[in-house]
Amino acid sequence: MAKRLINRHPSRAGLIYFGLLPFLVLVLLYATGSTIRLAANPNDKLLPGFTSLVDAFVRLALAPDRRTGEILLWVDTAASLSRLGLGLAVSTALALVVGVANGLLPYVRAGLSPLVAVISMIPPMAILPILFIVFGLDELSKVVLIVIGVAPFLIRDLQARVEEMPREQLIKAQTLGASSWQIVLRVVLPQMLPRLIDSVRLSLGPAWLFLISAEAIAAEVGLGYRIFLMRRYLAMDVILPYVAWITLLAICSDYVLRLLTRKTFPWLDAGRGAP
Amino acid sequence: MTTVSVRDLWKDYDGQMILERVNLEVSAHSFVSIVGPSGCGKSTFLRMLLSQETPSRGKILIDGAPLPPEPTEERGVVFQRYSVFPHLTVLENVAFGLEVGTARLLGRLFGARRRAVFDQCQDILRAVGLDMAQGKYPAQLSGGMQQRLAIAQALIKRPKALLLDEPFGALDPGIRADMHELMLQLFEETGLTVFMVTHDLKEAFHLGTRLLAFDRYKTRPEEIGVYGATVTLDLPLDRTTSRERREAMKDLQNKAAAQPAA
Repeated sequence: MAKRLINRHPSRAGLIYFGLLPFLVLVLLYATGSTIRLAANPNDKLLPGFTSLVDAFVRLALAPDRRTGEILLWVDTAASLSRLGLGLAVSTALALVVGVANGLLPYVRAGLSPLVAVISMIPPMAILPILFIVFGLDELSKVVLIVIGVAPFLIRDLQARVEEMPREQLIKAQTLGASSWQIVLRVVLPQMLPRLIDSVRLSLGPAWLFLISAEAIAAEVGLGYRIFLMRRYLAMDVILPYVAWITLLAICSDYVLRLLTRKTFPWLDAGRGAP
Repeated sequence: MTTVSVRDLWKDYDGQMILERVNLEVSAHSFVSIVGPSGCGKSTFLRMLLSQETPSRGKILIDGAPLPPEPTEERGVVFQRYSVFPHLTVLENVAFGLEVGTARLLGRLFGARRRAVFDQCQDILRAVGLDMAQGKYPAQLSGGMQQRLAIAQALIKRPKALLLDEPFGALDPGIRADMHELMLQLFEETGLTVFMVTHDLKEAFHLGTRLLAFDRYKTRPEEIGVYGATVTLDLPLDRTTSRERREAMKDLQNKAAAQPAA
């Protein structure tokens, strides 16, 4: 009997095939467009061929820059990743402290919850000029932009997760003699950390958005800075590999965080395959 | 040996009366089964015994002293679900109470002191039949084993009273019978005072030494909310003959059948 569509699953090979198909189509479309344009004008800059993309990437990744003597890709990557890492680390730490306190302590919630709610509604890009004025044009303002953009979301998410913890667990911990602090340390935090890492994974996208915006406007080094610099020369052969590189970095950081959750919190997977 | 007194207890939520005029003297080493239709306030009563909620009027005394305003170690609890910590193994769940009692700052012990606490947990783990599953997480246990764990976790603190909120309600009948045996055995061994809310009349009669039925005595729609429920039947079970027991059970069943399904 023919199954319903919702019950039909592709095989393992089918999964890979259907997953790769859209990418292949995109690459093919690009190659076609690039070939047509290059045939019309060999100096076309808009859709460079794959060889020139690879050439440009190799040059950026291996050859030192003529002016500074540094290898641009690595310098940019190091600068961007340290800003991103610092911004996310500060946001995560803030979320952990404020989110758990907001979720668990009624007095803190009364004082801080409305403030966090309002701050989370401010469009971070709108206050970027203020950040530049207050914190200067160097590293600090970029990190602060990431924190302002990401931390309120993380805080509110974590607060909600703490509040939706079963009351029974907190009551049980109290009947076992645990103090508020001990409940935070032994009941709430261990269960919230994997949730927090999950939300950090979700906020990687916005964090990159804020980072690249800030770098585009004022920076001397960084992945976003380079892309917007190259835009002036219409150097698509540099921009496209940079975008691909940023995407790869984002995928890797997402993967690392997911792996970290699985390795550090074995109880999350414990229920699977149990009777 | 713990006695519990309830003196003229009332409870309302925003003017909606839930419980009124509850008076009780519970002697030491009693097993009080609490039954009644849904929404009769039996769980509210249990939550007040736990200090999870405060009475609107009246007071509860345990061994003659007023209840503390928040849950404390002297009253252990087992809920129908979510009673155990999902991120701790069976052994760590049982050791939790002992660890937080000793390590005030970090809430957990390390090295030899932790192993000593783990050793202390072995007896109770054997008593509830979980000694072979010490390293498992709650999600890897069946429903019955999770409730055994919750009971062991509560008993390790040697509470004066144990409060059970439909502890076996989610279990299969066969497993439930095993749990009843375990519960009776632990009740005899520990000398605890137990309060158990249940929907299962048979269970209430089988385990209890005393049966309390909560019900509303005014049931016209306009009266609900103005009048609360109260204790409508207080039956000492150890002195009843099996015939009295059957009749009281039938009577309650008829009443339950007459109630709207709400």
